[in-house]
Amino acid sequence: MTDRALAVVRAGALTTVQDRGRPGHAHLGVPRSGALDGPAAALANRLVGNAPDAAVLETTLDGCSVRPRSTVTMAVTGAPCPVTVDGRPAAWGAPVRVRAGSVLEAGAVVRGVRSYVAVSGGIAVEPVLGSRSTDLLSGLGPAPLTAGAVLPLGPPREGHAGVDVAPQPAPPAELVLRVTTGPRDDWFTPEAVRLFTSRTYHVSPASNRIGLRTAGPALERVRRGELPSEGMVLGAVQVPPDGTPVVFLADHPTTGGYPVIAVVHRADLPAAAQAPPGTPVRFVAVRRRRGPGACGSRRLRT
Amino acid sequence: MRVLPVGEDALLVEVSTGDEAQALHAELLRRRAEGSLPAGEIVPAARTVLLDGVTEPGRLAAELAALRLPPVPARAAETVEIPVRYDGPDLADVAAHWGVPVREVARVHAAAEFRVAFCGFAPGFGYLTGLPSHYDVPRRPTPRTAVPAGSVALAGPYTGVYPRSSPGGWRLIGTTDLTLWDPARVPAALLSPGTRVRFVPVPATGRAA
Repeated sequence: MTDRALAVVRAGALTTVQDRGRPGHAHLGVPRSGALDGPAAALANRLVGNAPDAAVLETTLDGCSVRPRSTVTMAVTGAPCPVTVDGRPAAWGAPVRVRAGSVLEAGAVVRGVRSYVAVSGGIAVEPVLGSRSTDLLSGLGPAPLTAGAVLPLGPPREGHAGVDVAPQPAPPAELVLRVTTGPRDDWFTPEAVRLFTSRTYHVSPASNRIGLRTAGPALERVRRGELPSEGMVLGAVQVPPDGTPVVFLADHPTTGGYPVIAVVHRADLPAAAQAPPGTPVRFVAVRRRRGPGACGSRRLRT
Repeated sequence: MRVLPVGEDALLVEVSTGDEAQALHAELLRRRAEGSLPAGEIVPAARTVLLDGVTEPGRLAAELAALRLPPVPARAAETVEIPVRYDGPDLADVAAHWGVPVREVARVHAAAEFRVAFCGFAPGFGYLTGLPSHYDVPRRPTPRTAVPAGSVALAGPYTGVYPRSSPGGWRLIGTTDLTLWDPARVPAALLSPGTRVRFVPVPATGRAA
């Protein structure tokens, strides 16, 4: 089975191995990590007949190219990009048979940021704390891909998923992120909370797997001083001293000391992962669903 | 105690002291272990405990608001002993802040019993409390670009041990040969929240036993 492997021909700007991450270790300071566009990664796996938690490649803007050492099924999803096998056009968002020794290339994205490349059998690097994901904050998991690296593949599953093509949402021209305010919105002026949920921000080029950074109106605080470090959730919108919001993505630190003005709805984060620098971003306040005995008395300003 | 909703399925429980946060954390872990608290992550910090991935956050918040905190269990966890060579480059600085002779730093530090209040900054990096508050020291004005793995360091009310080489602004008082973090080991982290810790001085030229 030594030919169950994938050689990296062109690594691209930043290509990492990702699965569904390693949640459950935040109390030890371990980020959750995992594919930023989870639905796209799951679809890529489904197209090649893998389990949804198999590890795939996550590319950044300019794709990558790889050479399997045995014949495999591959699929490219997420950010749309040209796909070729040995230079001949192949389908994006569909299973592609790639013979041993052929090169599959995922090209530069047409829209979006991150494409996902799945291989039948999955990328089978050694898991760390139950996950094969690369964590760029703390360095857990495999290093980002480099040209010449060889990644082991797992055994392909029997049978096929029976999916030929599947619809995928197009990366948005404008990113609309639903937020619930808090837990630290009281650290900001009412005017800052109003600006945050009414003005347009833009995705900053300093964004990465740790956070979606933005440029736009600075949010003024009413409270000075430091917040003692506290636990951070995925989608937390942290506001550092420069006043511009940062949306925490999968590799976010587990604790932090800047106040969190709001939290982005989980379902909106895959779109955030596909918003290139310059994309307009709007944060839309959504009232928290309240059950009997719901907590808090805070009101949203609209 | 204040319970703040965080997004769709998390709660941040805020208390007024670090001791209360540790007691709350112990109580929440106990409830999760007995099956009465469904939560994906229980993340203690300086004055808070975050409950992430909870079902019915509204109901849980009401329940927690009525919670009366039992004291921290006296000896819930075993004590981890960390052999330290008190040879850090900031020993003299720390001695000056404390107003004691340099050699006293090791004695004071090794006499205290510590507890891991929470982890963060890097996998396996614990924030240990246990020194009386008049031994608090500020961070260095300029962080070092590289602090060696195993460095035992102080900042504010905390003691920490760097699990691996990284930039850092804490004041370095010593070194240990113990491996704080090894993902291939079970458990990966030598120190997790609630662990009790003692630092045991070893000669600067010797090796840890």
